[in-house]
Amino acid sequence: MIEAFNNINNAVCGFLHINPYIQGVVVLVCINVIAILGMAVLTGFTRLFSFGNAGFMAIGAYCAAILIVRHNFNFLIAMVIGAALAGFVAFLLGSLTLKLKGDYFLITCLGFGECVRVLLNYFKKFSGGSAGFPGIPSYSSMLFSVICAILAFFIAWRFIHSKYGRNLTSIRENEVAAEAVGINAFRYKRLSFTFSAVYAGWAGALYAGYMMYVVPTNFALNKSIELITTTVIGGLGSLTGSVLGALLVTLLPEVFRSLSNYRMLIYGFAVVLIIMFRPNGLYGYKEFSLKRLINRLKGGKAKTGKEAA
Amino acid sequence: MFLQQLITGISIGGIYALLATGYSLIYSLLDFSNWAHGEFAMLGAYFAIVFANMVGLPFMLAALLGVCGGALISFLCEKLVYRHIRSTGAPNMFLMIGAMGLSTIFQQVANLVFTGQYRSFKFKLPVSTIEIAGAYLGVLDLISLVLTAVILVFLIYLINKTKFGLNVRAIACNAGAARVLGVRVDRSIASVFLLAGSLAGVAGILYGMKYNVFPTMGNIGLKAFVASVVGGLGSVPGAIVGSLLLGVLETFVSGYISSSLRDFFSFALLIVLLLVKPSGLFGVDVQDKA
Repeated sequence: MIEAFNNINNAVCGFLHINPYIQGVVVLVCINVIAILGMAVLTGFTRLFSFGNAGFMAIGAYCAAILIVRHNFNFLIAMVIGAALAGFVAFLLGSLTLKLKGDYFLITCLGFGECVRVLLNYFKKFSGGSAGFPGIPSYSSMLFSVICAILAFFIAWRFIHSKYGRNLTSIRENEVAAEAVGINAFRYKRLSFTFSAVYAGWAGALYAGYMMYVVPTNFALNKSIELITTTVIGGLGSLTGSVLGALLVTLLPEVFRSLSNYRMLIYGFAVVLIIMFRPNGLYGYKEFSLKRLINRLKGGKAKTGKEAA
Repeated sequence: MFLQQLITGISIGGIYALLATGYSLIYSLLDFSNWAHGEFAMLGAYFAIVFANMVGLPFMLAALLGVCGGALISFLCEKLVYRHIRSTGAPNMFLMIGAMGLSTIFQQVANLVFTGQYRSFKFKLPVSTIEIAGAYLGVLDLISLVLTAVILVFLIYLINKTKFGLNVRAIACNAGAARVLGVRVDRSIASVFLLAGSLAGVAGILYGMKYNVFPTMGNIGLKAFVASVVGGLGSVPGAIVGSLLLGVLETFVSGYISSSLRDFFSFALLIVLLLVKPSGLFGVDVQDKA
């Protein structure tokens, strides 16, 4: 099964003349896009903060890796189980902690993420400890990752533009008012939290198949912070903005290899400046639309695209 | 053995407390968690290292300059970044994201300027231990313990008995009303940042003397944040109690169970405690404002 996918991928890439380096970059972009779409739903549309998404990524990655290597699962099934397990854990954690307010919720997520990392380090027999878990077959080919990312975007788009997504947005705008019109804020927050964890687990499972080996330090607090940072740079409350953010944050370091030492420094400055001067991010609270872009290119007369619509 | 662990725990808890009270003070005024706070400690320690080891000033003077450095950075953050974000009327979440960005910047700058190398103060304290009732206690632990206690008592006096403290408490209670009644809100907030930054500087130098100085040492800020949440966000006595609890718990877990599970126990304590008491030990119940 894996070989079939990889063969198709090789054929497609050979046909399009895509070299392995670019394939790798595309896979990384896709993984980040999936993880960040999850963050976007949680932070951008529900205004909940999670510093634990790296923990959910770890759950997805290790679950998929262990099922494939030790129990000979099909990689597709293993990936689905990994994502589902991450979601299930988030559901349980959310049931307990989502009643907490503001920063108290945030710190429990952070604590959860760190606990996952420490436990993975500690139970060496189960997870390989800090030396990592090797021997994962390479299943995250470019084609497969792109399909996953497109599917993830499509699902997230449908979700946000459904009744559920609108309820989430209303909770973001004013939780008390949302409750007053009959939205069960707790249940919807839990839904959003679970959704983002499923996406994190999915991204984690893909990551395991790309790196072919996972270590707990890949999923440390810094990874969670990077996810949040990217979401903010891309724009809160916009799925396309988040994808744009993921693209920028993954591609720019590849383009400017010589600046790689300054990568995190530049992120830091970008976040501070964006929060100070353009708090909506690159593409906040609106989605990318071809129509608006064409109107803007045509000239200043259709400034906001209102006439076109 | 037990007494020894207890003293070590309390002395580490004291260092956490210096930072945790800063988190609490700022949270009580501005309702956000200042993620860059641990970085103030790191920068304070680096200032002290530069003045002590490279410039060659006497240690006490260098430490004093380090504390001032921490305070200055904290003050500048408030003046240049946080105040600007507040003036746009953005939600508090944005302050926190900004602080996260600042924390990344400081960590990276320290990494680029000083490299990731571990540095230690050339200044030698008597590293010897003294024996009290069969327990061997590090002199450094005792000094840090006494110093922390003095500073914290002074801090509590400052908050509860002085005009400055009254202003701070008034703003924490209701910033708008305080402003109407003639409290200079922005100035008080800036002073609180100075105060919190200098406490962080002291914490950073004490920590650096006990272990080493390195760019990611600001992560003790995370522990201090956990401690201030355990104690209840926005409560200074809560932060102190939380820090001591956390410090003692950590040393006992590393001493008797396993040092690699230390962090697991502190975070598990945090989650369990919040489930039982959602606003920490001493926290006031937070209500969302409509």
